Amino acid sequence: MMRFARSEMRLIAGRRRNQAGLAVLAAVPILLAIAVRLTESNPRGGGPPSFIDDIVGNGVFVAFAALTLQLTLFLPLAISMVSGDAIAGEAHTGTLRYLLTVPAGRSRVLAVKYFGLVFGAFVAVFTVAVVGALVGMAIFGTGSLTTLSGTQISLGAGLLRLFVSTVYVALGMSSLAALGLFVSTLTTQPIAATVATMVLTAAMWVLDAVPQLGWLHPWLLVDHWAAFADLMRDPADWGGVWRGLSVDLGYAVVCLLAAWARFDGKDITT
Amino acid sequence: MPPSVEADPAPDAPASAVSGYAVETRGLTKIFGSQRAVDGIDLRVPSGGVYGFLGPNGSGKTTTIRMLLGLVRPTSGDHDILGHPMPEELTAALHRVGSLIEGPAFHPHLSGRANLRRLDAADARSDARTAASRIDAALDRVGLTPAANKRFGAYSLGMKQRLAIAAALLAPRDLLVLDEPTNGLDPQGTREVRHLVSELASDGISVLVSSHLLAEIQQICTHIGVMSAGKLVAQGSIDDLRATRTARLHLGTPDPARAAAVLAKLPVSQLVSGDETVSGIPSEDLAPEDLVRALVAADVPVRRFTVDRPSLEDLYVSLTGEGFEVRS
Repeated sequence: MMRFARSEMRLIAGRRRNQAGLAVLAAVPILLAIAVRLTESNPRGGGPPSFIDDIVGNGVFVAFAALTLQLTLFLPLAISMVSGDAIAGEAHTGTLRYLLTVPAGRSRVLAVKYFGLVFGAFVAVFTVAVVGALVGMAIFGTGSLTTLSGTQISLGAGLLRLFVSTVYVALGMSSLAALGLFVSTLTTQPIAATVATMVLTAAMWVLDAVPQLGWLHPWLLVDHWAAFADLMRDPADWGGVWRGLSVDLGYAVVCLLAAWARFDGKDITT
Repeated sequence: MPPSVEADPAPDAPASAVSGYAVETRGLTKIFGSQRAVDGIDLRVPSGGVYGFLGPNGSGKTTTIRMLLGLVRPTSGDHDILGHPMPEELTAALHRVGSLIEGPAFHPHLSGRANLRRLDAADARSDARTAASRIDAALDRVGLTPAANKRFGAYSLGMKQRLAIAAALLAPRDLLVLDEPTNGLDPQGTREVRHLVSELASDGISVLVSSHLLAEIQQICTHIGVMSAGKLVAQGSIDDLRATRTARLHLGTPDPARAAAVLAKLPVSQLVSGDETVSGIPSEDLAPEDLVRALVAADVPVRRFTVDRPSLEDLYVSLTGEGFEVRS
């Protein structure tokens, strides 16, 4: 199983398009830091915390800001791309029939595929956070952090909260990957699976933006994704994060079961 | 009237496995929508034999092979692979089966060797410590060692086909299922594949090899099954199939009426008299020389005399049809 999993990680990491996607994800915090550096303006606007305003005070906030910015589009897009490819891509190139006649076992293929996607999600999200923190600290320097509540916490405590936030975002992306994996078992066209997953994500963002649908918001996968911001309050507010994790878990379990039910009996004709 | 062989296709096959068959299907059927792609076939691939699975494109060969390997779920019917009931013992069965299904398919950005490494890694029972040597041996066996580190995407069709065969040989196998292994190969490559299959068969591996061209696999097969429009229309050992082909007598004579009268008594059936010709089907126990002797004894002038059996190719064409018609 470990050999198969390592092979899957190598396959994902070796894809040119995945490498290009990772480069784009890494470029955002760099661009963000440069843009803030060039303007040096620090207008504190209204609305939810974006962390952009805090960057000048401490470079670590570049990581928080980049995570927040990329949550809506780039990270889900990257996950949609990789997860859409998972089963549908193998089916499209015909390699799936050879994997299954090895025999790799259908449940085993699905498990390894999901493991690979979780690996991909963690690599993607940690790339954003690490590049953001490094570039931010290089450009803006560091020191103690000002929390959203206005108090100061030490750099060590701040980095720890960044680490927890990054894991939280990665788990949210892993949940989306389960959705993508399910969609990927429905088709033999990887592009179709990617687009469908992205459309579902975008639809959830749209629903999440309609206040009249407030009753629905707690059930949307994307609704809690930004809840890690509350960890930067003093004291840290874990409520949203725990609710978010339970929603992530719910989506992941349902989607993985659906993927398994679909894939286990599927006729492989490609 | 196409002949069909109902007899035991493998009287000489060793009764080693439970049934003596490497592959045995019972009423295997697959319906896609309203199309009966495979219609209740009883395939019998004898252990140790080379079974040529013939039929025109679209006759249901590939769907059958996909069902045998557990890729497609049969609508009805069941089957055993190497004595393992499917799909209950799919994993145990497929470990002993190497397969090539509908052409090669690998990751284009990986090298041939990396592709084999991935397939081997996917196999729960394969030993990681011997992977490198087994992969090298498989590449060597198909003559692909010089191109092992080239991207699969840069391979020629023949090299791709060889890599697929190498993948089927990554582990010791008891059965090889090769779907159109010569597709897209030049005559040289076709010959090499044929040679490789014969070699494997002489090691005692059972082989199921499909093709839409009889000529490509005829020499290496011990048994043949012919598919047409989803049905298995003939099956048996090559010798049995040869025997079912009816010999036909052609006689050239200026006196066809007398010749026909003489021949009818021997007996020769289905006599057709033409202008200076007679043809018919002599009964099985009549040797050609008996016919000539009888004709000469009755003073029938013989100008031309032949008894010939249609070739296996003619039989195949008579079973499957010759044209380009596509099943609707």
